[in-house]
Amino acid sequence: MTAVQTPEEQLIDLDAPPSGLAAALADAWTEARRHLMVIPRNPELLVFSTIQPVMFVLLFNYVFGGSIQIPGFDSYEQYLMPGIFAQTVVFGSSFTAVGIAEDLSRGLIDRLRSLPIAQSAVLVGRTLSDLVRNAFTFVVMLVVAYLVGFRFEGSLLEALGATALLLFFSYSFSWIQAFIGLSIGSVEAAQSAGFIWMFPLTFVSSAFISTDTLPGWLQAFADVNPFTVLTNAARALYNGNDPGNELWLAIAWATGITVVFATLSIRKFARATG
Amino acid sequence: MDAIVAEGLTKTFGETRALDGLDLVVPQGSILGLLGPNGAGKTTAVKVLTTLLRPDAGRATVDGIDVAADPVRVRTRIGLTGQYAAVEERLTGRENLELVARYFHLPAGRRVSRANELLERFDLVEAADRQANTYSGGMRRRLDIAMSLIAKPSVLFLDEPTTGLDPRSRLGMWSVIEELGGEGTTVLLTTQYLEEADALADSIAVIDRGSKIAEGTADQLKDQIGGDRIRVSIADPGNVERAKAALAPLATGPIELDAGSTTTMSAPIRAGGGVVPRAIRALDDAGADVLDVEVRRPTLDDVFLTLTGRRAEDEEVSA
Ligand SMILES: Nc1ncnc2c1ncn2[C@@H]1O[C@H](COP(=O)(O)OP(=O)(O)OP(=O)(O)O)[C@@H](O)[C@H]1O
Ligand SMILES: [Mg+2]
Repeated sequence: MTAVQTPEEQLIDLDAPPSGLAAALADAWTEARRHLMVIPRNPELLVFSTIQPVMFVLLFNYVFGGSIQIPGFDSYEQYLMPGIFAQTVVFGSSFTAVGIAEDLSRGLIDRLRSLPIAQSAVLVGRTLSDLVRNAFTFVVMLVVAYLVGFRFEGSLLEALGATALLLFFSYSFSWIQAFIGLSIGSVEAAQSAGFIWMFPLTFVSSAFISTDTLPGWLQAFADVNPFTVLTNAARALYNGNDPGNELWLAIAWATGITVVFATLSIRKFARATG
Repeated sequence: MDAIVAEGLTKTFGETRALDGLDLVVPQGSILGLLGPNGAGKTTAVKVLTTLLRPDAGRATVDGIDVAADPVRVRTRIGLTGQYAAVEERLTGRENLELVARYFHLPAGRRVSRANELLERFDLVEAADRQANTYSGGMRRRLDIAMSLIAKPSVLFLDEPTTGLDPRSRLGMWSVIEELGGEGTTVLLTTQYLEEADALADSIAVIDRGSKIAEGTADQLKDQIGGDRIRVSIADPGNVERAKAALAPLATGPIELDAGSTTTMSAPIRAGGGVVPRAIRALDDAGADVLDVEVRRPTLDDVFLTLTGRRAEDEEVSA
């Protein structure tokens, strides 16, 4: 081994490390980049996280497709696919909880927290990389949906708007998942804690059925469920209908969730993580 | 100047007092061994000193900077190698190093050259472009330390750097740590291995249940429990009293038969050369035929036993 430590060489400014928004964004990008580099090196995970939504598209479409009639929609695909898209991107947010729990248990979070970087960067980078991952899954799913007969009935702008809305929602849910991951710490526990509550959230909604068919109390929940609001808004846009208030309500939900859970998570992160 | 100063650090987790008024002083450029059994509070101490945890009470400075008041300036000066190797498994060794260099905002060219310097130094050149999940435990630990040295920290924290390594890797790690110490880096090293602290540290702090129970060089700690000990075996149990009388001028404390033996006795003696020949001569003159004489330095194990009444190894999984 050769000694390379030259004491006179100062690599960083000891008293004023980079700070401010530009530095924080650079740090967040460094962190997002780390996760994005890893994704293609874990092909098993990539395959399974793609198979699941594809399977959902096919199962719901062919198993229920014949038996479910939705008033106002001539084919079930046009009704169902936006719901599956919404469910998939929201489920995809659970990667955030698992990823953070994994980094916590491997000591990577401790390493990052001991560096002179913006504390928010670690979580911002993580959620951004999960957004990219979910966008990728979305594209795969869109192709499959197209193959089974789904079409954009509205303008391209409306379709892009619906897609942006879904991904924004997914991003906001990543912050809920970040909070769960930070609170739980164990990978296995985070796996189910990040997932389990999303089943009632997404199934007791207008994603797969018309909420009119639900018993009263479930219908009451389904109608105020932000996931119903999201699905309805995205569905209206994809089908060229007027989303009305639900578009603004969906944006408000996503914004609110992002603000609240980003604040909670970043505070929790900066305070103590184990 | 002292590189690390801790005064009265206290930290509780629910009912557990992980730190209970811990005081530490580590002079610049020296290696402190923080020695304690499982659950003694070593990791908690490291986390407080590296700004990861806020103490409930007490204060600490690193390079003169208060860890609670100015954590960012502390972070520019420290390197942390935690208890569990913090490497990104699916990145290569080189990518892991460049990742940390990016976090320090080094320019692109310097990121590459700094990674190369450290790969070379830690004997990872051949494995540089393999994913870290193919590394052995020792390689992973070396990469881990290399990652914490990217920005040339003046104070390095190593939390149990050799736990889980095979004996050869452990020796390799020892020489890495010795070399860092030789270059003037201040090192705080935690360990459960008594011989590790003995081999590496300029000074040792023994901690138990969150506070320091002894401190000093390995020799000072050994002296604290009465210096060297002599053990003599004779042939005939009938000569024990005669042998004891012959040894009395050399001993600094009571001469006692070892448990369960009628012919082997031990006594504390003053450190220094020539004890063995003098003992043999005295025993010969007294007519007790000597079978065996040995002088033994107390191990740090003995220190722990004397200080706490328990063996370090007995503690096991309370954590
Ligand atoms: N986050 C935490 N929550 C609750 N208890 C904790 C936490 N961290 C540490 N403890 C407890 O505090 C005590 C000290 O733990 P610490 O990890 O500092 O010990 P250690 O000396 O590093 O032990 P080991 O050799 O096992 O690593 C232990 O009893 C441990 O269970
Ligand atoms: Mg520990």
